[in-house]
Amino acid sequence: MKSGSNLERVILSGQPAVTAELGPPMSADPHEVIKKANILKGYCDAANITDCQTAVVRISSIAAAVIAFQQGLEPVMQMTCRDRNRIAMQADLLGAAALGLRNCLCIAGDHQKFSAAGRLKGHPGAKNVYDVDTCQLVGILKKMRDEGKQEGGDPLEVAPKFFIGASWTPMADPIDFRPINLMKKVNAGADFIQTQGIYDIAGFRSQMETIRNMGLHERTAILGGIIVPKSAMMLKYMDSSVAGVSVPKPLIERMTKAKDAAGDDKKKAKELQEAEGIKIAVELIQQVLETPGVRGVHIQAIEWESAMPGIVKAAGLYPRPNIPEA
Amino acid sequence: MIVGSQKPIDEIWDMVKDFKKVLVFGCNTCVAICHAGGEKEAETIAALIRMRAAQEGKRIEVNHLGVMRHCEPEYFDPVMDEVRRYDLVLSTACGVGVNFLSERIGEIPVYPGINTSFFGGVPEAGVFTELCAGCGNCILHLTGGICPIARCSKTLMNGPCGGTNKGKCEVSPDIDCAWYLIVERMKKLGTLEKLYEIQPPRNWSTSRDGGPRRVSLEHIRAYEEKEEQKPEPAGGKK
Repeated sequence: MKSGSNLERVILSGQPAVTAELGPPMSADPHEVIKKANILKGYCDAANITDCQTAVVRISSIAAAVIAFQQGLEPVMQMTCRDRNRIAMQADLLGAAALGLRNCLCIAGDHQKFSAAGRLKGHPGAKNVYDVDTCQLVGILKKMRDEGKQEGGDPLEVAPKFFIGASWTPMADPIDFRPINLMKKVNAGADFIQTQGIYDIAGFRSQMETIRNMGLHERTAILGGIIVPKSAMMLKYMDSSVAGVSVPKPLIERMTKAKDAAGDDKKKAKELQEAEGIKIAVELIQQVLETPGVRGVHIQAIEWESAMPGIVKAAGLYPRPNIPEA
Repeated sequence: MIVGSQKPIDEIWDMVKDFKKVLVFGCNTCVAICHAGGEKEAETIAALIRMRAAQEGKRIEVNHLGVMRHCEPEYFDPVMDEVRRYDLVLSTACGVGVNFLSERIGEIPVYPGINTSFFGGVPEAGVFTELCAGCGNCILHLTGGICPIARCSKTLMNGPCGGTNKGKCEVSPDIDCAWYLIVERMKKLGTLEKLYEIQPPRNWSTSRDGGPRRVSLEHIRAYEEKEEQKPEPAGGKK
């Protein structure tokens, strides 16, 4: 056992793991984190606490992760390479471990110009850091944990024991290099991988075949990403604008049909699309889990945490395994 | 070359409006090629300042001048008596030129007449692109001659992030994804497997992060010193 986290225990048990996502608020009020944590608790093995996602200032991942943890939800703290140099990263990792956190997902982070895809002011004029990249950050965590050393070589009296994660976008350009990207993260020390949202099952399965041929599925636990669709508009947006995400036409048509069935009734259109979205998510979960080499799902019900219990139950993934610490 | 771009005239006017004698001083190397700060542009900027002064009812003497380079004393030394007649030099050289002249001119301020943008190339007339970040530790042999430090918006060293969209960067559809270019280029060169190796955390101390940098060539300095000490040849200079 590398970290002893609940997520690690579930993965080691061989049962399909379920992770969720919790986005901290743009507020100093902890109640939203507490509320979301209590909705997700019991319906996932751990929940990612995003680190200023879309390059917008929110409660920090570590602080929100501790709040979630106090509510009984196991967090996966996230750490972007955008905002910290290796000194701040390692200091925060020691602090996070001292506070009891045991999972960490390493990501590059949305560029500071993103500002919630232009919906918020954000901080597009901020200086970015990128002292190290994701691969290097994974390596730093591993070195701290397994060698008890800082990146620079100084010893750590007590090493932080993190279950180390990284993200993977299987279907972004350059597509034939994506398996190499994954290989490098695994070689650096990624224990688990959460993928970008998958709608194109055929495309994902083709990439997974390459991954199996490389043996990577045995060296890391790949959790397939599911982004729960909320509307036809959201699916169209993701298809056209989100890197590495393509949405097959039949899925967009299903959602459009659900919307059209409501006629001019906007409230009903929303309800019908949400119901269809949940159905689509459940189907995608099953298809992803049926893909050889996949060890779980990472379900993102973005700003829609209340959808999680129904989805997890409908997918046959409830109750979540209870594996006591050894 | 060093690429510069013009500053808005309002910003220039704010800098110069309280001076009586202004010299717009152009540099005829890099910033002339990019149409930002050569003698020709210095002349135009001087004319714009004179027009603005007339509009605002201010009496300012504005002239222009240009030399080949602002980064070596031998190029501007011959005109320094002329330059020192003014109470402000608006330099349209790059930032190097502004610094270099500031340290040598005495009690006269040297202000920047352009923005120094980056080290770049000229892919087509009127277009300039950033290609090098001057990081002090070149790794282009590992990346197919395409620099991820200058050209990846996140200076990633181990491959693309998840933001590559149709070969473009997540920052803008007008920016090529450097890693897309690197991968395609290395496929063509048959050296893609070089990218399989993990690049460890970089030592940025050779970059600006290590403080201002200096290169000192001791053998050149020793040679120059020796030359200076040599007696004049018989018969004197021709």
